Amino acid sequence: MRPSPVRLLNILVPVKRAVDYAVKIRVNPQQTGFDLNVKHSMNPFDEIAVEEAIRIRERLKDAVKSIKAVTIGPPKALDTLRTALAMGADSSIHVEIPESAPSPEPLAVAKTLQEIIKRQKDGVDLVILGKQSIDDDLGMTGQMLAGLLGWPQATFASKVDIDVAKKEAVVTREIDGGGEEIRCRLPLIVTTDLRLNEPRYASLPNIMKAKKKPVEKFSPGDLGIDYTPRFETLKVAEPPQRVGGGKVQDVDELVAKLKEAGITAA
Amino acid sequence: MLSLSRCTARSISLRALRAHHTQRPPLNSVTEHDLAHFAKFLDPPAILSTLPPVSLPADELDQFNNDWMGKYHGSSTTVLKPKTTQQVSEIVKWCNERCIGIVPQGGNTGLVGGSVPVKDEVILSLANMNKVRSFDPVSGILVADAGCILQSLTDYVAPHNHIMPIDLGAKGSCQIGGNVATNAGGLRLLRYGSLHGTVLGLEVVLPDGTILDQLTTLRKDNTGYDLKQLFIGAEGTLGVITGVSILTPPAPQASNNVILALPSFKNVLPLYEIVKRQLSEILSAFEFIDRTAYDLAVKHGQGRALSDQEVEGAECFVLVETSGGRREHDEEKLADLLESLLEAEKPLINTGVLAQSPAQFASLWALREGVTEAVSKEGKPYKYDISVPLSTFQEVVDGTREHLRSKGLLGDHAVKHVIGYGHVGDGNLHLNIVAESYTPEIQDALEPYVYEVVASHRGSVSAEHGIGAMKTHALHYSKSDVSIAWMKKIKDLFDPHGIMNPGKVLE
Repeated sequence: MRPSPVRLLNILVPVKRAVDYAVKIRVNPQQTGFDLNVKHSMNPFDEIAVEEAIRIRERLKDAVKSIKAVTIGPPKALDTLRTALAMGADSSIHVEIPESAPSPEPLAVAKTLQEIIKRQKDGVDLVILGKQSIDDDLGMTGQMLAGLLGWPQATFASKVDIDVAKKEAVVTREIDGGGEEIRCRLPLIVTTDLRLNEPRYASLPNIMKAKKKPVEKFSPGDLGIDYTPRFETLKVAEPPQRVGGGKVQDVDELVAKLKEAGITAA
Repeated sequence: MLSLSRCTARSISLRALRAHHTQRPPLNSVTEHDLAHFAKFLDPPAILSTLPPVSLPADELDQFNNDWMGKYHGSSTTVLKPKTTQQVSEIVKWCNERCIGIVPQGGNTGLVGGSVPVKDEVILSLANMNKVRSFDPVSGILVADAGCILQSLTDYVAPHNHIMPIDLGAKGSCQIGGNVATNAGGLRLLRYGSLHGTVLGLEVVLPDGTILDQLTTLRKDNTGYDLKQLFIGAEGTLGVITGVSILTPPAPQASNNVILALPSFKNVLPLYEIVKRQLSEILSAFEFIDRTAYDLAVKHGQGRALSDQEVEGAECFVLVETSGGRREHDEEKLADLLESLLEAEKPLINTGVLAQSPAQFASLWALREGVTEAVSKEGKPYKYDISVPLSTFQEVVDGTREHLRSKGLLGDHAVKHVIGYGHVGDGNLHLNIVAESYTPEIQDALEPYVYEVVASHRGSVSAEHGIGAMKTHALHYSKSDVSIAWMKKIKDLFDPHGIMNPGKVLE
């Protein structure tokens, strides 16, 4: 009798198309949001998540059966999926929303991911995603997804070790003043922190190959998810301009100014 | 006008002497008497001097007397910072009458000591002439004082969706007047051409104080000799540039870059042809880095390295940058190019990487731009900024390495690396020799060897850094005796007393 095969790992990596971090953000004149007609790229934390999935495969070789990237976004979000595919993901899912639609909120995103995980024939053993997206900085999707699925979560990961045979993972988390090592069973949600890895460049042959890799498309309706926002944005404003310092003529003037500002000797 | 006649009388006898290739007599030093004259038309803050009545401590003038690398040191007593062209004219006129040398100084960011005095010439700083005079957002023509800092001009035209046609590392301190006077090259030359093309007009104070106003904003003007061209790259030896009219191109809306790994240097030129043809107007940089230079950049942490698999078997690398008006169009063009390169029957490239985000874009550029810094960290560099035919880039680098080997100077004890990198698009090679320490043996092995190699290819001993005080002795490797003789005639015609930036460009 042949030994029963070790359960193979299926990894899902949710990624988001976000305004690039190098772009200077400009608030729109209506103060309802910011100018989105600028360079976008993959949310850097998600890029780290894709990289980690690929590194796990490089370490575990054939024990990783699939790496699937998923995104929710306008037609242009396809570029972000292509980047993930060029880096090394096998296939992808695009939940397409209209160009003008507001960015989905974390709960709706988590519900979408829950639905997608439910639909995977081979199941999902590991979800790796960014700890937050740099555009809205909400940082809750991973935790909400863990809650919806009832799975363990290892957030702010700076090191991930998977033991496929034992079906568990040892994850180092970034916490105040150091690292915390935790052991979790699979299936598991991991959210990435900056120190986890440094994402690779997409090589030209892989970029070419990525063009031929499959992209499965869904509409929100297909998945039965409602993206109507629950939050209302009241106002978006730039931080107040920094006021430069001034020069004082002498100590007396300095003391007077300090007093004026309400600073006195204890 | 006693001083004038004395000076003129001397210059006549001087000219007779010069015909016999003797040196010019020494120029006069600045005196209190001169300061008193300058004070008549300059505000007190515009006169910095160690002489009475100003009597500043000498270290106040350090930043003007020394270059940023600390390689060249002048001993000027006086820095003048005029605010208007008229004031520059008054200063120059007086110095001409008194036979006092003048060093026009911009941001003092040069690499060849062109902007610091050789002795105690007056330093004429343009820093206070820093106003934009006009900008036409339709034509993109900018007219500015010579002392405007390049970065501030970039910021000035940015809201109008234009960029300066020139960009270089020193942009935060260098001044447009200095850029023009040195005909600075930089990163955008391939795309927008040299300043000889983009500068439309100049305002120059000639060595006798006359103001030559050629500050036109015309794209076309074929009316006789184009005098302004003489001052572009003259390094302040023919006059002081006080105003510049320059054509600024529209800002590109999208940029991409890619690093390609090549199995052999032989492939660089065919690759350049293909890239030029396929990318045509969006190609904005085509930079070459040899393997040794790449390895050094990676070793010293300049930009993130490609994976081992990607660099395996690569003899050199090429960085291609595109910038254009529409992202989708540019990306499609670039993708087509890359596809055709990879799928060619005999591929010119092993592989490559394409930046996926501005961060990666910067990281790829850092691998190329970081070579300079990596070289300084690795050892003591001898730097040669030369123009040679593209086909000879590798030959020049390999030849230099072999030459050093034959002299027994290659190895950890003397020369550690001989590397080549540079602007293929401009035919400009940076040949760097990284040594354990600066020694006379290495110096003698390199010079005049390198200059002779350059001369044998009819190249230039200074592609973009200029001649300054550093390379006057090497000028003859790039310019014939006839050329140099005529350069001297022009110099004498404009500046018979030799007061303008003495000791620079021409010996």
